Amino acid sequence: MKCKNVIIAGFIILTLLCAATVFGMGNKEKDTIKVGAILSVTGGGAFLGGPEAKTLEMLVEEINNTGGVDGRKIEVIIKDSQGSTENAISFAKQLIEEEKVLAIIGPSTSGESINIKSICEEGQTILLSCAAAEDIVNPVASYIFKTPQKDSYAAMKIFETMNKMGITDIGIVVGNTGFGKGGKAQLEKYAPDYGINIKIAEVYEASATDLTSVLTKLNNAGIQAVVNWSIVPAQSIIPKNMKQLGMSQPLFQSHGFGNIKYVEAAGEAAEGIIFPCGRLLVADVLPSNHPQKAVLVKYKNDYESKFKEDASTFGGHAYDALMILIDVIKKVKSTDKAKVREAIENLKNFVGTGGVFNFSASDHNGLAIDSFEMLTVKNGKFMLLY
Amino acid sequence: MSFDIFLQYFLSGITVGSIYAVVAIGFNIIYNTTGIINFAQGEFVILGALFAITFTRTGFIPLPLAILFAVLITTGIGAAIEIVFIKWIKNPSVLRLIIITIGISIISRETAHHIWGEQVMQMPYFTGTSTSSVIILGASIAPQVLWVLGISGIIVIVLQLFFKFTLTGKAMRACAANRTAARLCGINAKMMVTLSFMISAAIGALAGCITSPITQTQYDMGSPLAIKGFVVAIVGGLGNSTAAVVGGLLLGLIESFSIIFIPNAFKDVAAIIILLVILFFKPSGIFGKKEESALKEF
Repeated sequence: MKCKNVIIAGFIILTLLCAATVFGMGNKEKDTIKVGAILSVTGGGAFLGGPEAKTLEMLVEEINNTGGVDGRKIEVIIKDSQGSTENAISFAKQLIEEEKVLAIIGPSTSGESINIKSICEEGQTILLSCAAAEDIVNPVASYIFKTPQKDSYAAMKIFETMNKMGITDIGIVVGNTGFGKGGKAQLEKYAPDYGINIKIAEVYEASATDLTSVLTKLNNAGIQAVVNWSIVPAQSIIPKNMKQLGMSQPLFQSHGFGNIKYVEAAGEAAEGIIFPCGRLLVADVLPSNHPQKAVLVKYKNDYESKFKEDASTFGGHAYDALMILIDVIKKVKSTDKAKVREAIENLKNFVGTGGVFNFSASDHNGLAIDSFEMLTVKNGKFMLLY
Repeated sequence: MSFDIFLQYFLSGITVGSIYAVVAIGFNIIYNTTGIINFAQGEFVILGALFAITFTRTGFIPLPLAILFAVLITTGIGAAIEIVFIKWIKNPSVLRLIIITIGISIISRETAHHIWGEQVMQMPYFTGTSTSSVIILGASIAPQVLWVLGISGIIVIVLQLFFKFTLTGKAMRACAANRTAARLCGINAKMMVTLSFMISAAIGALAGCITSPITQTQYDMGSPLAIKGFVVAIVGGLGNSTAAVVGGLLLGLIESFSIIFIPNAFKDVAAIIILLVILFFKPSGIFGKKEESALKEF
């Protein structure tokens, strides 16, 4: 009896061992690195998530065709959140618990990113957000990073330029989205530091079709410049309305304006708009010794030849997120979440599309204020302001 | 407040109001023959604009022809939608039809998204460029607004003539008043419904083309426009095109002048409160007659 039990037990153990070996071998063969991505491919944030998703597809194809990461293939599971926080939350849980991904790239918008921050932190899964708001990495959470420049830098950069131009009294208008409200808060926070006086601040509907009345109100407040902070189509309605009203004040926009389609939509009225932006849009005119030149030109050319549309800075944020991840995996030669996380935190001088990243325990964005360049529109094209 | 500033707010109100008005007119046609509100009206507006933009971008189709083609195609789509989704329903209840139009609106929007993508596009200005404006007594207005007002006016007059003096127009009104009686008189009621969808689609498409330089066009802009148009149609008195224009201009002016006193973020609140007050005292709308609205199902 006893003997029989031992035999059975031995048999079971042997079977398990065999299974484990087979499983292990299989695992080694298709030992892919699984990365999740939550992007607003459709919906209100489609102009962000669309280029981001395309960029990731392009990179994954390129990396896997050229031997993968240290011989391992990479797999990116893209989930379309449609810009909704609820979707982002459930996808984050699914990616962490079921797919057991190493890291999540995205979400595209600030609201979604802030809402899944705690889920990723508790699930000890790296989050590389592609959204702008400073709150994503402030306060710092150990597993949460972001690749776009902080919106506070955009505000400071705008005020710096105003100081140079001798502008003190301004009016601001923002779209009623998370991005717009975040921008308004940053502008109001940093204006006193630069001696700027915000005389009037107004919020408009994201679906606004004509803004001459609110601009009339701004004009009557006696201002020297207008700042518009939004990601909605009103970005091209404002310059048109200002010209139609005969307002001659300079118009500053946020980094949300970094899409040539908005310039096309505004036509002649877009001339002279000033806005802070990453260097992707002016990659061609950067001096050849600029550290970012090579990365920017390659990404821009690859993207534009593959998808037959203009590259945008937003796709660049996803590029940076995936490339940072791959870079550190190669460095630590492991996909252990804690090790990779630590390696990102210690990553220095990583040249991306957004700027040169120098992460630290207290800075999970890693970009400095000089990652923004002030651009302007000249003859329907983006140009460096200085 | 000086006069030219007052006038500027007034003209801003007219600009926004003219857009609401021209969208609202489209609601009335289908309402007049079927008694339903077509919630896909906003999509007709966007489709018209998107087609016209596509044609103008080819470079060799002149603007008026591009608009004509866009209107014709959208009219065809309007007819197709009615024939595929609505005609075969035996006992169309108002609620059922309305839900169908909501479905159509979602399908059209997503199809447009797949074809044209998420980018913002616009028609060229009919006269001048994005920077030109007409100065009236020290205040300025975009020349496109004058186009919108003029064309809305022409649409209203043509519709009035059509419904009052042509046999088809009279037949359509008869269907609205009493469908059974109209059929007994030998009117092909189903045909009239198809026709009303075609006219609505045509007017929507034309509205989309003429407002596109001002509002710009994106695949998902239909619903917000339709909601405003719907409110305007109700306030003016459903079924009356002149009322729609007056209602539209009124809503635009209320929104514009409210900005003087309250932050822009609350302008919709001000507008809706005033509209609610109007409907409270005159439930059938500013121009609606009580007896008329009592006859209607919705």
